[in-house]
Amino acid sequence: MSVSAILFLDQRGKPVLQRDYRGDVPLAKVAERFIAKLNELEETGGAAPILLDGSLSYLYVQYSNLYVLAVTKTNVNAAATLVFLHKLIEIFKHYFHELEEESLRDNFVIAFELLDEVMDFGCPQFTEAKILSEFIKTDAHRMAVQARPPMAVTNAVSWRQEGLHYKKNEVFLDVVESVNLLVNSNGTVVRSEVVGALKMRAYLSGMPECKCGVNDKVLFEAQGRSGRQKAVDLEDMKFHQCVRLASFERDRTISFIPPDGAFDLMTYRLSQNIKPLIWVECQVDKHSRSRTEYVVKARSQFKERSTATSVEILLPLPPDAISPTVRTSQGSATYAPEKDALVWKIKNFPGGREFLLRCKFGLPSVAAEEEAQGRLPPIKVKFEIPYYSVSGIQIRYLKVIERSGYQALPWVRYLTQAGSYEIRMS
Amino acid sequence: MADAKYFSTTKKGEIHELKLELNAVDKSKKKDAVKKVIAAMTVGKDVSPLFPDVINQMQTDDMELKKLVYLYLINYAKTQPDLAIMAVNTFVKDSQDPNPLIRALAVRTMGCIRVDKITEYLCDPLHRCLKDEDPYVRKTAAVCVAKLYDISAELVEDRGFLDMLKDLLGDANPMVVANAVAALSEIQELGGKPVLDLTLGTVSKLLRALNECTEWGQVFILDSVVNYMPADAKDAEAVVERVLPRLQHANAAVVLSAIKVILRNIQYIGDESVRTALLRKLAPPLVTLLGSEPELQYVALRNISIIIQAQPSVLANDVKVFFCKYNDPSYVKMEKLDIMMRLVNERNIDQVLLEFKEYATEVDVDFVRKAVRAIGFCAISIQSAAERCINVLLELIQTKVNYVVQESIIVIKDIFRRYPNRYESIIGTLCDSLESLDEPEAKASMVWIIGEYSERIDNADELLEQFLETFPEETAAVQLALMTATVKLFLKKPMEKPQQLIQLVLTYATQETDNPDLRDRAYIYWRLLSTDPEAAKDVVLAEKPTISGAQDSTDPALLEELLRELGTLASVYHKPAASFVSKMRLAVHRADDLAAAAVRGSQNGEPEMTSVVVVEASQAGSAPTAIAAPAAMPDLLGDLLDVRAPAGAMSAAPDLPVVFGEDKGKGVVLRAALTHAADAYILQMSVCNLSMDVPIEGPLLIQFNRNALGLAPASQSVSLDAVLPGATAVVCVPLVQRQELVAPDQGQVLQVALKFPRADVGVLYFASPIASNVHL
Repeated sequence: MSVSAILFLDQRGKPVLQRDYRGDVPLAKVAERFIAKLNELEETGGAAPILLDGSLSYLYVQYSNLYVLAVTKTNVNAAATLVFLHKLIEIFKHYFHELEEESLRDNFVIAFELLDEVMDFGCPQFTEAKILSEFIKTDAHRMAVQARPPMAVTNAVSWRQEGLHYKKNEVFLDVVESVNLLVNSNGTVVRSEVVGALKMRAYLSGMPECKCGVNDKVLFEAQGRSGRQKAVDLEDMKFHQCVRLASFERDRTISFIPPDGAFDLMTYRLSQNIKPLIWVECQVDKHSRSRTEYVVKARSQFKERSTATSVEILLPLPPDAISPTVRTSQGSATYAPEKDALVWKIKNFPGGREFLLRCKFGLPSVAAEEEAQGRLPPIKVKFEIPYYSVSGIQIRYLKVIERSGYQALPWVRYLTQAGSYEIRMS
Repeated sequence: MADAKYFSTTKKGEIHELKLELNAVDKSKKKDAVKKVIAAMTVGKDVSPLFPDVINQMQTDDMELKKLVYLYLINYAKTQPDLAIMAVNTFVKDSQDPNPLIRALAVRTMGCIRVDKITEYLCDPLHRCLKDEDPYVRKTAAVCVAKLYDISAELVEDRGFLDMLKDLLGDANPMVVANAVAALSEIQELGGKPVLDLTLGTVSKLLRALNECTEWGQVFILDSVVNYMPADAKDAEAVVERVLPRLQHANAAVVLSAIKVILRNIQYIGDESVRTALLRKLAPPLVTLLGSEPELQYVALRNISIIIQAQPSVLANDVKVFFCKYNDPSYVKMEKLDIMMRLVNERNIDQVLLEFKEYATEVDVDFVRKAVRAIGFCAISIQSAAERCINVLLELIQTKVNYVVQESIIVIKDIFRRYPNRYESIIGTLCDSLESLDEPEAKASMVWIIGEYSERIDNADELLEQFLETFPEETAAVQLALMTATVKLFLKKPMEKPQQLIQLVLTYATQETDNPDLRDRAYIYWRLLSTDPEAAKDVVLAEKPTISGAQDSTDPALLEELLRELGTLASVYHKPAASFVSKMRLAVHRADDLAAAAVRGSQNGEPEMTSVVVVEASQAGSAPTAIAAPAAMPDLLGDLLDVRAPAGAMSAAPDLPVVFGEDKGKGVVLRAALTHAADAYILQMSVCNLSMDVPIEGPLLIQFNRNALGLAPASQSVSLDAVLPGATAVVCVPLVQRQELVAPDQGQVLQVALKFPRADVGVLYFASPIASNVHL
C-alpha cells in the first residue's frame, strides 16, 4: 500500500507543487490525465473522489482553489490516503494560515520540507503539525542551532513536546453538541441525532496525566449506580489518539496525556429521539398563479430558563420570486437573492415561545419550463443555546496530576447548536 | 517568506544566469539561486544542465539548502547517472553525522535515487542505520530497505537486509515496528512472495505495538494482521480482543482497518453468541464514519455495501442513517441510495418509500432517475408493497417532469413483468405521456408495454404507428422492441392495420438496415409468420419467466476477497486488486484461494458432486460414453427464440482437444472442451494419468477466471474416482451462467484452474476456447 506521488493542482489542473515518492508514474502526464478523466466523468455525473484510469488511481480532495491529489498504481489503503490528504491540508494550514495556490507558492521550500517528512516511499509517516513545527521551521523562527528530531516523533507520546511551562495551569473543556435533524414535508421527524464533542484547550506544564469522567450509562451500570443519577447512553465514542483506548475498553476510564493547546478529546453520537429544539412550520398559500404567501411559525421547544441565540432561519423562495415583502413578530428578515432565500434572524429566542413571519411574493405570470422546476430546497435553521446540553451529558470530574504537583484549574462550558438542521418544504 | 518571487524569472538565458549565480561567492546569493532552480523544476522546466553546479552546494551545514539540493538530486539523478556519483561521498559522510536528522535524511534520500551505481554504495550506510541508536533513524532505514528492494531485490536478499528488517519487528520502539511492517508488506507486494511470516508470536508482538504507535503505524499493523490465519477460535478471539479498542479511534482509516481484522477473525469464532455480540459492536463505528468528510463517507459507503452483503445483520435496523441530506455531494447520495436499496424490507418500506419519493422531486437529474429506479426495485422485491410503490410512481408521472416520467415508465415495464395481470389498469395513464418520450430506453419500454398488452389497448395500432413513423431514426434497441411489439400486435389482432404495419417493419428491417441483429430477427419472424402462424404464437407470445427482484450481488468469491481488502482501493472499486494492479501476484493468490475454498467446502458438509464416467484403461481420447444432461437452465431469451438445440447434437462428446499436454511434465494430460446440452453449458474434460505407479484421486477443485459468457462451475468440487496409472477418466462439469461474471473483454477463451489433490501435480492452469457454435 503506497502512494506514488502527491500533487497540488490549480483549478485548471496545472501543477503548483508536486512530490514524487516512488518514481513509478510518469509525473509529467499525470496532472493532464487526471483533469481529462475528471472532466469526462463530471459530464456523465460519475465523478467520485477516487477515480480509476487504466492502471492509475487518483484520490483527491478539493480545497480552496486547489486539488490535492494522490496518485498510485497499487491497491493502496484508500481510507488512510484520504485521511492523510486531509491531515496534510491541516498541516499546511497550520504553517501558512491558509492553504491556497498563492500561499503554497509563497512557501514552496517549507512545503517541500514538510512533504519529505510526512510521507516516505508513499507511506504516511508523521502528521502532528505542532510537533513538526519543532524541527521544520519557517524563516521567521529558524534557529541558529541545527534542529534535531524531537523525542515526540518516535515516542509513544507522539503528540506532546517535553518541557512545556505555564505560569498558570489551566484547562478549558467545551462540551459542544450539534443537533442534526431531518423533518419530512408532512411534518414527521425522519432522523434526529446529536453529535457531541469535548473540545479541550490545555495550557498545562510538564507531562500531566489527566482523567475525565462523564455520566456514561454503560459505566454507571457497570458500577451498579444506575438510576440514582441521570446517565446518557453514548452510542459511539471516538477519542483523540492521546486517550488510552485499551484502558477505556477495560473499565471505561478516559485517561490521557493531552497535547498542548486545542484539540478534540472525544466525539460521540446519540440517535435517541429528542424533541426538535426549534420547530419551524411553513404554510404556503397560493392565492393565484402569480401571488404566493408564506406563513411561517417558529417555536422553541426547550425549557424557559434557556435561550437560543443567533437564530437564523433560511426560507427558500422560488428562484424567480418577485419583490417579496416580509413582516415578522420578532427579529428581522431580509431577502437574499443570491441564495434564493429569505433569511430570518432572531438574536434572542427564549424557550417556550413562538414567533411568526409572513412573506408575500409574486411569480412571473409566464411559468418557467416544467423541467426547471425542481422542488425547493429544505428550510435550514442555525442556532446556539449556551449553557445547555441537549443530551444531558455532564462532566463529572477532570483531574490533572503532574509530577511537580501543581493545581490546575479546569473550566467547563456547555453549548448546543444546530448541525445539519433541515425541514423539507411541502 | 514570499518565495513566489523565485518563480518570476522566465526570460531567455535563464539557465546561464542561474549557473553564474550558483557559482557566486556570496552564500545567500547561492542559496537563492538554488531556490530558483527548484522553483523552475516545480513548474516543469528542465534545469538538468545545472546538475554539477547544484551538486556542488551539497556539502553545507545549512539544513534547508541541503534538503533542496537533495530534492534536485532525486529528480535529476536518473538523467545524469555518471555525475550523480559525485554525491555519494556526501551521503556516506552524512549518514555518520552526529545529528540523527541528517543521518536519516541521507539514508532516506539515497534510497530515492534509482541509479544502480549509487545503490551499491547505499548498502553500508543502510546497514549502519538499521542498527542506529536513534529510533528516528531506524524507522527511516526500515522504509529504505523496501526502496532498495524495488531497485534491486537480490541486493536486499544477499546482504541480509530482509532478516535485519524482520528483527526490527521486535524493536523496542513502536514506530520502528510499524515501519518495519510497512516495509515488509511492501516487499511482499513487490516480490509477490510471502516474506512476512505471520505466526501467533509475531502477531501478538505487532498487536502490542498497536497501542503505542501513531495512527499510520496502527493502519500498517492492522492491514498486515488481517492476513493472519488464526489456528483456532481462541486465537481469533485473542486477536479480536486486542483490536476492538481501535474502533474508538478518531482516525477513520484505523477504524476501517480494525473492522476488517475483526470481520476476518469472526469467521473462526464458533460461538454464535460471541459472533453476534461482536457484529453488534461494528454498527456504531460504521454509522459514525458517515459523519466524516465527504470523501471518506464515500469510501465508508462503498465498504458498507460489502460488509452488509457478507453480514446482513450488521446495519439491518439502521436504514435511516443513510437518508440523504440535501447538501450531500452527488457521489455520496448515489451510494446512500444503493445501501438503502439493500436494507429496505417489509418493516421499513413505508419510510424508505417516502424518502425515495422525496428524492425523485429534487433537481439533480441522475439522482432523481436513480430514486425512481429504487422505487421500482422496491415494488419488484417487496411484493406486499408493490401497490404502494406503483401509486408513488403514478404520482410522479403526474408531475410531468420529463425525465421522471421516462424513468418511471422503464421501471413500470419491469413491474408488469414481475406481477403479470395485476396492475394493467394504469396503462391508460401511461399512454397519456406518450409524446414526451424521447429516450431510447423509455421508448423501448413503452413499446414493449403496448405490444404486450395490445389486446387491451384499443388504439394500440395507432400508437405503434406513431412510433413507426420514425422507425429508421431510432436506436437498435427501440427498433427491435418495435418490431417485436408489431408482431405481437398482429398475432393478437390479425387485422388489416396491423398487417400493414408488420409488412412495413419487416420490409425495412430486412432490406434497408445494416444491423444484423435486426435483420436476422426480422427474417425469423417473417418465416415463422409465413410458414406457421400458430408456431409463431407459441414463440412470440410464450409465457415469460418471472424476473426476480434481487439487487446485483457480488460474487461470493469476490466478496470474500473484498472483505479482506476493506478500506483499500479494491473495496472502493468492488473489483479484485489483480484487475487493476499489474503485478505477478495473481498466480500465488489463486492457488491459495483454491485451497481455502476446499477447507470451507469440507466445513460446510459434503459439497455437491459432479458425475463422472471412468473409461477403461486405454490411451486418452477414445470416444467416451454419453453423458446425462444436467438440470436445465432458465431460458434467457424468453419470448424470442424458443428454439432448442436438436437432441442429438449434445449426446456424443466429440474428440476433445488437448489443453494441457505431456510436454508440461506434470504427468497428466488434460483434454477439455466447452459444449452445451439442453440449454446448459458443460465443460467436458478427460484426465489421463501418465504416471507409472501413482493413481490420481479426486475430488478435484476447479475455478474459472471471468469470461465472456459469465460461466462458472456449478460446484467447485469435481468428484473423480481413482484414475489408475495409464488410465483415462472423463469428467463432465456442469456450469452455470451468471450475469455478474460476464467479462466481455476476456475474449473467446475460458481460463481454468484445476487443483489436484496430489501434491506433485498441484494446480494446473489451462485455457479452452469458447467456440462460436457453442453460444446458446
